[in-house]
Amino acid sequence: MFYKKIDEGKVISQEEISKDIFSLIIKNEGAKYANAGQFVGVYPKDKSTLLMRPISICETDTDKGTTRLVYRIAGKGTKEFSTLKEGDSVKLLANLGNGFPVDEVKGKCIVLMGGGIGIPPMLGTAKALAGEDVHTVLGYRNSDTFLSDEFLKYSKVYIASEDGSVGVKGNVIDAIKACTNLKPDVIMACGPMPMLRGIKKYAEENNIKAYISLEERMACGVGACLGCVCKTVHKDEHSHVNNTRICTEGPVFDATEVDI
Amino acid sequence: MNTRVSIAGVEFKNPVMSASGTFGSGMEYVNFVDLNRLGAVVTKGVSNVPWPGNPTPRVAEVYGGMLNAIGLQNPGVEVFKERDLAFLSKYDTKVIVNVCGKTVEDYIDAVEKLNDTNADMYEINVSCPNVKEGAIAFGQKADALFNITEKIKKASKKPIIMKLSPNVTDITEMAKAAEAAGSDAISLINTITGMKIDIERRKFVLANKTGGMSGPAIKPVAVRMVYQCAQAVKIPIIGMGGIMTAEDAIEFMMAGATAVSVGAANFINPTAMIDVIDGIETYLNKHNIEDINEIIGCVQ
Repeated sequence: MFYKKIDEGKVISQEEISKDIFSLIIKNEGAKYANAGQFVGVYPKDKSTLLMRPISICETDTDKGTTRLVYRIAGKGTKEFSTLKEGDSVKLLANLGNGFPVDEVKGKCIVLMGGGIGIPPMLGTAKALAGEDVHTVLGYRNSDTFLSDEFLKYSKVYIASEDGSVGVKGNVIDAIKACTNLKPDVIMACGPMPMLRGIKKYAEENNIKAYISLEERMACGVGACLGCVCKTVHKDEHSHVNNTRICTEGPVFDATEVDI
Repeated sequence: MNTRVSIAGVEFKNPVMSASGTFGSGMEYVNFVDLNRLGAVVTKGVSNVPWPGNPTPRVAEVYGGMLNAIGLQNPGVEVFKERDLAFLSKYDTKVIVNVCGKTVEDYIDAVEKLNDTNADMYEINVSCPNVKEGAIAFGQKADALFNITEKIKKASKKPIIMKLSPNVTDITEMAKAAEAAGSDAISLINTITGMKIDIERRKFVLANKTGGMSGPAIKPVAVRMVYQCAQAVKIPIIGMGGIMTAEDAIEFMMAGATAVSVGAANFINPTAMIDVIDGIETYLNKHNIEDINEIIGCVQ
């Protein structure tokens, strides 16, 4: 459901689940309206860091009214967030963008793919698709397989690691190719750009519908600044040029529509 | 208490406007801001034909501000008229259309196409640092600025505001050229050209290498330039550059601005413009100021 507001959130808990990767649970009004694959803007308190940090929603608990964010420390803003403790206030711009089209893919063989810090939003997506024929392929650098256990509640899990220490050696494409019995109808993915390019190509070659979640540096988060655009195959309906706003029309796109 | 100000015969209910490029045409902010409360919406720059803008990354944060190199992406004047101006006609606020171009003819084409619309004024962008042709080239030389101002003024059925670049040796020379050529007002400052390097990747952060700096860190430079221009010309000034609060806005007005634009603050706080409007009223009440016009240029 549409909800786009400034939320004064309260931190319920925070823990470091892997080196420099934090799981932050916030109570906020927008939590009950969030869709899997949407994101929020988190405002740093330090006034030298002005812009909100766009962070994907890992999952929400509608009963408790909480949003869970799993993020990696990447700079000053996220470093500040990592110091947030239970009871602290946190200002959010929630909820931004459109999520994965979970209702459109029910009844199909769905493969969720996450790479690195692109894994968190796939957990909420798996949860939204619980009970469906869902398979999750997760790509890690090494044996530090954060969040992977949590996916087991909702789906079968396949792992790829770059160093080969866990699962298939290589990336998520190598892992899905190794599962010769798996014939997906739909792929939903979030991760680094080379992975998403690989998925776009793989999906097109195998006639699979693919939805990919993109990221880009952004300022406003609401579609005004035109900072976070992505090239499109067709002229975008809003911009009337071959550029679309990741924050507003995305971050999830049909892979065939974007030129990445 | 009077908060109304007037520029070239156009009356604004208060002196607070959006800064071009930070607020779209207001559509994206209706969840946060009642557009009816704004002095004016200054739209994102529009050109005679659609522009795709620059490659990404287009924005970067810097200490106390940000850099942008959007490159004036816009859908072109025809779509803008049908969609953006139609949208703004539903609100009780003034509409200032920011116009950009690559050649003098482009600007004139866009202005002529807008002449029969509900736009109240044009702000002429001759100071965007992020496009390679036109734009900035007209805003950094006094004779080029005079020439384009005169031609646009002739083509325009509405008052024009020339938007000045701070990336010049002496901004008062530009202000004087705009005034001499018939500009009805000037607005300043556009962004200050900056650069950021990612030392881990050994690359420029912005795809365009350079970008325009905005945000609170540039405010003292902007206040200084508004003051200098206010001493140099008689036409009204719209002041902008790092306004985050009502106190910032009042500072610009005391330096000589008749109105102010709020820019990067919209990204940092989506209700920034309303907060500035409310804060100005609080200030006027606290200091028993009957008419906001009393403070314009009061610091000499």
